[in-house]
Formats: sequence, structure tokens, C-alpha cells
Amino acid sequence: MRRLVDTLLVIAVLVAAWQVLHWVAGDALTSPAGTARRAWALMNGDTFWGHVRETGTAFGYSLGLAVIGGLAVGLTLGLNRTASSVAEPILVSVYSLPKVTLYPIILLVFGLGLSAKVAFGTIHGIVPVIIFSMNAVRKLPPIYLRAARSMRLSRLDMIRRVVVPAALPEIVSGLRIGFSLTLLGVLIGEMFASQRGLGFLIMNAIGQFDVDTMVAVILILAVVAVCANAALLALNRRLHQGAT
Amino acid sequence: MKSPHMRVVPADVHAQLAGVTRVYPAADGGPGVHALGPVDLSLRRGEFYAVIGPSGCGKSTLLDVLSGLSPPTTGEVVFEGKPVGRTVPDGIGIVFQEDASFPWLTVRDNIAFGLRQGGVDGAEIDRRTDYALAFMGLRDFARAYPPQLSGGMRQRVCIARTLVMQPRLILLDEPFGALDAQTRLIMGDELLRLWRETKATVMLITHALDEAAMLSDRIGVMSARPGLILAEIETGWSRDRDSTIASDPAFGAITSRLWSLLRAESIKAVGGSARS
Amino acid sequence: MTRLGWIRFGIVGGAIVLLELMCRFGVIGRRVLIPPSDMAVQLWNLLRSGRINNDLSETLLNVAASIALAVAVGFAVGSVIHALPRVRRAIEPFLASYYALPFFAFYPVFIVLFGIGRMPIIVIGFLFGVVAMVIATFNGFDRIPRALVRTARAYRMGPVETALKIKLPYAAPFLFTGVKLAVAYSFIGVIAAEFILASSGLGYSIAYAFNNFDNRTMYALMLLVIVLVTVVNALLHVGEARLMRRRGL
Repeated sequence: MRRLVDTLLVIAVLVAAWQVLHWVAGDALTSPAGTARRAWALMNGDTFWGHVRETGTAFGYSLGLAVIGGLAVGLTLGLNRTASSVAEPILVSVYSLPKVTLYPIILLVFGLGLSAKVAFGTIHGIVPVIIFSMNAVRKLPPIYLRAARSMRLSRLDMIRRVVVPAALPEIVSGLRIGFSLTLLGVLIGEMFASQRGLGFLIMNAIGQFDVDTMVAVILILAVVAVCANAALLALNRRLHQGAT
Repeated sequence: MKSPHMRVVPADVHAQLAGVTRVYPAADGGPGVHALGPVDLSLRRGEFYAVIGPSGCGKSTLLDVLSGLSPPTTGEVVFEGKPVGRTVPDGIGIVFQEDASFPWLTVRDNIAFGLRQGGVDGAEIDRRTDYALAFMGLRDFARAYPPQLSGGMRQRVCIARTLVMQPRLILLDEPFGALDAQTRLIMGDELLRLWRETKATVMLITHALDEAAMLSDRIGVMSARPGLILAEIETGWSRDRDSTIASDPAFGAITSRLWSLLRAESIKAVGGSARS
Repeated sequence: MTRLGWIRFGIVGGAIVLLELMCRFGVIGRRVLIPPSDMAVQLWNLLRSGRINNDLSETLLNVAASIALAVAVGFAVGSVIHALPRVRRAIEPFLASYYALPFFAFYPVFIVLFGIGRMPIIVIGFLFGVVAMVIATFNGFDRIPRALVRTARAYRMGPVETALKIKLPYAAPFLFTGVKLAVAYSFIGVIAAEFILASSGLGYSIAYAFNNFDNRTMYALMLLVIVLVTVVNALLHVGEARLMRRRGL
């Protein structure tokens, strides 16, 4: 209850700050009320949901690839001490590269369209999923693995019944960051070279000085991202409680 | 209530708790957790006093209240004739159970920390630090950082850091709890040496029967929560004792006396029921 | 170098050699990728010609300003909020979703607020870096053991003195991790903003080369960005590892 009140208070402060910025910046930043109106109008328009479907499809594929690929690579690396020690600095430097500079290569390989966006979203999301799941496994107390071995679990059973459950809280943290970065990757991809999707909608709005639409789309994205993250965070908190 | 200044305190009493209780308020405004007391306890000047009790009985709370780290809910605490408020009075040194060495400072700087804090002049800091390094056998590690040392060595650093302040009352909260059995025996001997050398009053909180029986002049036995002093036992050891007294028949007698007092309380503390 | 270092070196080196061979023997088309050695030659020529000096120094200055702002503001905000657990719990879901938002979109807003020029780009870089620093500050302060705070009280230190003499030095390695992340994120934010929106800087030059089918310049610049960021990150990584090792972490 108190938590809900606190969250509402944070939202109120954010909206108030936004309103103040609106007074400072004038028409360059639509007011909260104006943005809400525009967002409502967008959602009732005919073209908006097509863009959402476009972005949603690309995001869905990217997230699926990033999560499945990231977990497979991360867990495998995590179980091998040498491999994970070798891989970690490489992964961390890949993570901190400005991947946007690589986008032209992806466009050259995949051409304009869905697959380029999916590829770009995936390379943003997969690295944190790999890093977090790998470290989650690496940090497991060795006694868990020894206990599993003493019970003669097969390698697959060990991963399924010991490694993943024990490392789950950390893995979920990685999924959360992977979720955010995949979405960002897809949007950047759409902003730079695309004719459809929410990223394109934002870019188009910027081009036409249609600030209302730009801010409205960002607001909708922010609401979706915050809700998804709050759900994952709540899951994470429950898992952490279960762990201790 | 009488003011502590009016209280008639015998000359050899160094610190005193009178009717001290400590209740931790509950988060939801409920009745709260009654952790300690009421406890009456007098420490004689220069004695080695051990407090022993089952886990969770409020031993550490007792130390916090006596040192001024947390205020008592009721009752009063007096150190050297003055009431103890919400700050740690000058002359009291504390060694915690957890490793409290500063990992960003060398062993030498760790030990000198309190002296620099107190504005002691440089030559005196060096003199006292050198002495403490030598006394605790840390001279070869003066330039090392605590994370490079074993748990026992780190605890020596903490003891040395307390020692240089020349405290007149040293409070130790299960200082050897995280160490292995042999290291604990050795550290116990060093503690006795330190106690003899500094002539300070020592109060040791412990859950180990042998530690209490071997080191102290007097032992206060505490009950399960809320902690009360059930009994005080005089050991009668001479001042120049060390861990070899473990072979003395009196040691066995004291230990079994302690256990007979504590057994029922310990069972209560782990949630069982005592059968005699 | 350690055994692991050699293995790592071998893997990265092997990947580059493989890429070189695949390009040389036509497995990867010329229009998609030029051989790494050609990229290096191109980059060398580009640097010698001085054509990119302005863009390079502009990007580096923007990144430096973003980092400085992000670290200073992130630490200040992080330490204040850490002292207010209720506020912290309330904003955590917002911090966690922070990186999903494309701040670049606010570029026009920033232009109105801060004027045309480098400021809007710096603000975007700052926005990328600052939250990493806030989270690292939380993390560092969370780890301060209770025994150290109690020790400070035993020395009769006040809250400010405890913060400066106990909490800050204890948290230093974790704060350094925050600086490392702020550097990486500021690079990402600045270069991405230049790439999509600006009309100067390294990011812009890459996008410009791409749009004009100037693949040779584009790959040379990509190589420059990758080498630059990797070297900076590697140096910070080494520094961080040294700090952590001293702590036995």
C-alpha cells in the first residue's frame, strides 16, 4: 500500500518536473496533458497500431533470440572456469562498444527491413544476458555442484535442476537489462533506417517538427518499459527472498 | 530515580549497569522485541569479566548499551563515575566480532587511525603504533593491506587498533567467533597478555564455554531472551594464567558448572524443550 | 601475460585473421566488409590526412564533458538517495527501465533548451552515463559493513566525517566501477546521438560515409571507434581489477 503511494508520488514528481520543463522550453516540449491527449489520439488513429505491430514483431524476435541465445551461451561458458575467465573481458568490451557504429554493416548484410532490425536488437540484448547468466553460474557456491555430482545428476539435469534455479535471481537481473537494451536497439534501428515502426514514427515526427507526436510515442514506450520492468523487478524480489 | 552522581559507588567499581533493559521497537508499532534485561552488573577495575549465554540472548546488546553505541530503554549505565550517554566515552575501546579493519589502509595506518583522529602528535603516534605492531606480532605485516591477511591476523589488527588508544575498559564482542579452534586458543593467550600489560578492565562476550572458563576472573551467565544474568561465577585463576590451565581439574569443574547452567537456556534458544 | 591473457589474445587475433582471410578469398563480399588490414591502412591514411581531426576532437570533448557531468551528478544524487531508502525503493523500477528509452529523440527538445551546438549531444551522453553512476554509488554504499559504521561511532565521528573517512574510501572500488560504466555509456550516448542526429563528430562521419557509399572511410572510422573505446575500456578495466584485487575481491 505504502509502496503504491510512493510510486505514485514519484510519478507525480516526474510529471511536475516535466510541466516545469514545458514552461521553460515552450512548444519544444509538449506539456504532460497535451502529450496524454496526443497519445490518446494516436492510439485511436488508424496507422499507429501498424507501427506498434512492426516494432513489436521485431522486438519479439530480437528478445527471443537474445534470451535463448544468451542463456545457452552464458550458462555453457559459466560452467567452464577457463572459458568464462577468457570470455569475460571480451564480452565486457563488446558490451561497452557503441554498437550503433556497426549498424551500417548489419544493413549491408541483411538489407533494409525486419531482419536488420532483429539483428540489431539482438546484438544489443544478447550481450548482457550472456554476461549476467555466465556470472550467475560462476558465482554459485561450488558446494552446490559438488552436491549435485554426489547425487549423480547428469549434466543436463544438473543445469536444469540445480544451476538454473540457484542462479535464477541473477539471471532475471540480466533478462531485465537485456529487455531494455533490446528495445533500445530495435528503436535505434528504426530511427536510423526504416519506413515503419515506433522508432520511425519518432524520427518522422522530429523531421516534421511534430513535437506532440514525438513526446507522445516516447511516453507510450516509457509506460510499457516501466511496467515490464516493474513486473520483472517484482519477480526478482520474490526470487531473492526465496533464495535467502 | 537517583542521579548517578548520587549513587554510592564502591571505589573498585569501574563500570556499572543498573536495571538496564533494551526493547527494540517493532516496525508496525506493536509491542517490540524485549532483547535484554533488566540487568544489574558491576565490572571491578582491572578484572577480566566474561559474559556467556545462548545465541540471541542479548549479549551483544549488553555490549552496545555499556559502550554507549545504543541507549538503554530503561535503567542507567555508569563508566568511571559518569553516566554513559549516546556516544562512546573516552577510555572505552571496542573490538567487534565482524572484521572491522579498513581494507583501504595498510595495517600500520589502520592501527594509527584512531590516534590521528584524536590529534595525537606524530612522534607519539609512531611510538604507540610500533609498540602495538610488535605486541600483536604484526611487525612484518605493517605495510600489508588487511585483505591480504588471514582472519586471525585481521582481528589482531582490530585489537591493536583498539590497544593504541590505551583504553581503560576494553569490550570484546565475540572477537574470535570467526576463527578456528587453535587460533582462538592462541588469541586467548594474547588477550590475557594484553590484559596483564595494560591493566585495563576487560569484558569479553562469548558463546564458548572453554573461552569463558579459561580467560576470565568472573563469568556472568545469561539466560535466553530477554537476557538476564542468571549467575556469576568466580574462577579464582591467578593473574599470570594462560591456555595451559585447560588441563587443570578446576577448568573442567568450571566448564561443567557453566554447561549445567546454560544447557536448558541453550535448548530454549534453539527452540527445543529441556528434559533433565 | 597470463595463460588466460594468451588464450584471449589468440581468440581475438584468430578472429581477425579469419575475417581477413574470408574477405581476401571472397567468402565475404567486398561490398559488405573490407579486409581488416585494409581498414587499418585506410585509418592510417585518414589520420595522416587530418581530415577527421575536427570530428575526432569534437567527439572526444563531448564524451569527456558527459563523463565529468555524469560522474559528479551521479555520485551526488546516488549518495543522497541512498540515505533515503523509501525514495530509493520507489524509484528503482524507473531506474531499471531507464535504458530502454531512446533519449536521442529528445534531441530537438535539448536544442531548444540548450541551444544548437555541442550541449545537446553532451546532455544525451550525460543522460546515458549518469544512471550507471547512481546505481554504482548505491552498490558501493550498500556494501559498507555495519562493523565499520559502528567503529566510526566508537571513534565518535559525526555523519559527515563518517561519510568522508569511512564510507567513501570503503566504497571507492565500487565507485570506480561506476566511473568505468559511465565512460562506456557516455561514449555510446554521444556517438549514437551523433550518428542519428548531429551534423558533426565521429558518429556523424560514419553515417555520412554510409549514406554516400564511401565504405572505405566508413570502415576506417568504425575501426577507429572500436579501437578507441576498447583501449579506454581496457585501461579502466585494468585499473578496476587492481583496486578490486587489493580488496581481495
